[in-house]
Amino acid sequence: MAPLLELRNVSKIYSQGLLSREQTIALDNMSLVIDDTTPSIIAVAGESGSGKTTMSMLALGFIEPTRGEVLYKGRNVAKLGREEHLLFRREVQAVFQDPFAVFNPFYTIDHLLTVPIDKFKLARSKREARQMMEESLSAVGLRPEEILGRFPHQLSGGQRQRISVARALLLKPKLLVADEPVSMVDASLRATILESLQKLKKDYGISILYITHDLTTAYHISDQIVVLYRGAVMEAGDVDTVIKTPKHPYTRLLIDSIPWPDINLRWGSSDIQAREGDFGSAKGCRFAARCPFVMGRCRESQPPLFKLEPTRAASCFLYDESPRLENEDVSSLFIYK
Amino acid sequence: MTSLNGAEQIALEVNNLQVTYYTDAGRVKAVDGVDLTLKAGERLGLVGESGCGKSTLALALMRMIKPPGRIEAGSAIIHTDMGDIDLLKLNEEEMRQARLSKISYIPQGAMNSLNPVMRIGKQMIDAMRSHVPRASERELVERAEQALESVELKRSVFRMYPHELSGGMKQRVCIAIGILLSPKVIIADEPTSALDVVVQRQVMETICRVQEKIRAAVILIGHDMGLMAQITNRVAVMYAGKLVELSTAREMFTNPLHPYAQALIRSLPNLDNKGIFQGIPGLAPSLLRLPSGCVFHPRCEHAMDICKSAPPPRAVTPTGRFVSCHLYDEQGNRVHPTASRREPVAAQ
Repeated sequence: MAPLLELRNVSKIYSQGLLSREQTIALDNMSLVIDDTTPSIIAVAGESGSGKTTMSMLALGFIEPTRGEVLYKGRNVAKLGREEHLLFRREVQAVFQDPFAVFNPFYTIDHLLTVPIDKFKLARSKREARQMMEESLSAVGLRPEEILGRFPHQLSGGQRQRISVARALLLKPKLLVADEPVSMVDASLRATILESLQKLKKDYGISILYITHDLTTAYHISDQIVVLYRGAVMEAGDVDTVIKTPKHPYTRLLIDSIPWPDINLRWGSSDIQAREGDFGSAKGCRFAARCPFVMGRCRESQPPLFKLEPTRAASCFLYDESPRLENEDVSSLFIYK
Repeated sequence: MTSLNGAEQIALEVNNLQVTYYTDAGRVKAVDGVDLTLKAGERLGLVGESGCGKSTLALALMRMIKPPGRIEAGSAIIHTDMGDIDLLKLNEEEMRQARLSKISYIPQGAMNSLNPVMRIGKQMIDAMRSHVPRASERELVERAEQALESVELKRSVFRMYPHELSGGMKQRVCIAIGILLSPKVIIADEPTSALDVVVQRQVMETICRVQEKIRAAVILIGHDMGLMAQITNRVAVMYAGKLVELSTAREMFTNPLHPYAQALIRSLPNLDNKGIFQGIPGLAPSLLRLPSGCVFHPRCEHAMDICKSAPPPRAVTPTGRFVSCHLYDEQGNRVHPTASRREPVAAQ
């Protein structure tokens, strides 16, 4: 198993102020390996402020970690040479949240799709370029004749988001970083976008880092899941295991708050309540202030990850009888199917 | 969930509401003959894809449709202790008085609807001042602070600016403003679409609690069916400006009648159908070029010949469900049992 993209003990700290340095730890000693040999979809889930977007920016090489390294095929992303960097840019693609903001309204979709083809010299002739565009649009379930020649405002949010996916697909990437790709799309159109992401994995062997706050969709498309809370991993492992039998109190709170479209699965079956503005103590468990099972030791030291099962670990003292799992080994929980 | 008890007061009655936008490209019927009845204390969900007219319906009830839009016909009667008021017949000044005191609106993006350079308290008092001009300052402050407490915010929020609050807190401030004058009807337009799940649940539970306290009827607009299943009593489904089905939440989620409602429910991810994605094939039609007959027929898996030529009947079942589809007769009985259920068409 060769790592494709690896975050190795990565921390990202944002500091403010000239004299009194006020520091925000967006991501704290996070490690994650995305495997090269078997394509998989890894979901990174958490509420706002959990560090999930910081993580996607790091994976895309947009920002550099304060500590630790982001490695692509074993090479530090921040230190890539010109050629290598171009290859990295081509092989790691992104789909962003807002399908209404990513397109330049003055250009047609053709232009949008030709730019990467020209930039990376993917086609030798105009006809070949056209053919590539048509192929990738069809691959995401759009009819090229309905899309090409149109302007972004003539298309729906769902169509636009699928064009984003098609644009990424043109470059035959190895990894797609999808940051909340469906949160701004009508619920009824979400299924089609998720389906095209699933197809990328199955038919084109592309791994996906799926960043979301929506555990429903995470459950549906991903193989593995990492639940983040204020910059640290709370629970990680196989997606079925984690979602169906959540162990960490935070994961339970998240899963309990999902509005399932099922009249018999009501909210409020648990008494965990959300509180706002609680930033916890500097040392103890980050979730201590909101946790219904909080114990004395939770406020004193941060719990390490405990390996509850071969495919799941949780960072909580409730499970301190299980063996410890080092942060670096989170990815050992992932089984590739 | 509170059950609705027997002798129910009707809070709002909407009859044959029609809203048209006169655009350069032609006339667009954004809301086309919608009928709704809301009981006091009831929560009604209004769902549909973007552009189906659900927000236009809400704006029409608030009389906030701007040109080129126009309310063409219909009535929206609010029943109060002092008699009935038809919102659509009020003049501007009367309507201004009715907003907030009879019907209030919780907008979609709370972050954008508060004035960033005005303290929360001042905004709340401003809102009340125009309705109760003779109340003393102290009385208004007390009322505003109570409203903040009722949505579980600290009284100190009264002195804060919007940027000092998180998204969920701002949304709760909007709810607090919405209930200041105990309106009969509260319209919440996707109140949680920008919030994450935990905060969403908190905000929705807040809305439910205060609404039950003041016995207001709520229209919850959104496209998240999961949310509807959690908190509404009844669900109305709109498609291309028309109401296609209106049922109790339980009936809607266990036995939807209209093919569009069925597809909508089927497209939802739940715990049992992992990895199966069933989108609704096709796209919502442009309101400028509506299909003939039943507007849903090009995307409908049960489409018959009659669907292409005649608009569907508006059926009400004996239990009070509304459905508008050729598959059902005027009593809501299924009349075309032969139209067997095709395998769902793969999402395009």
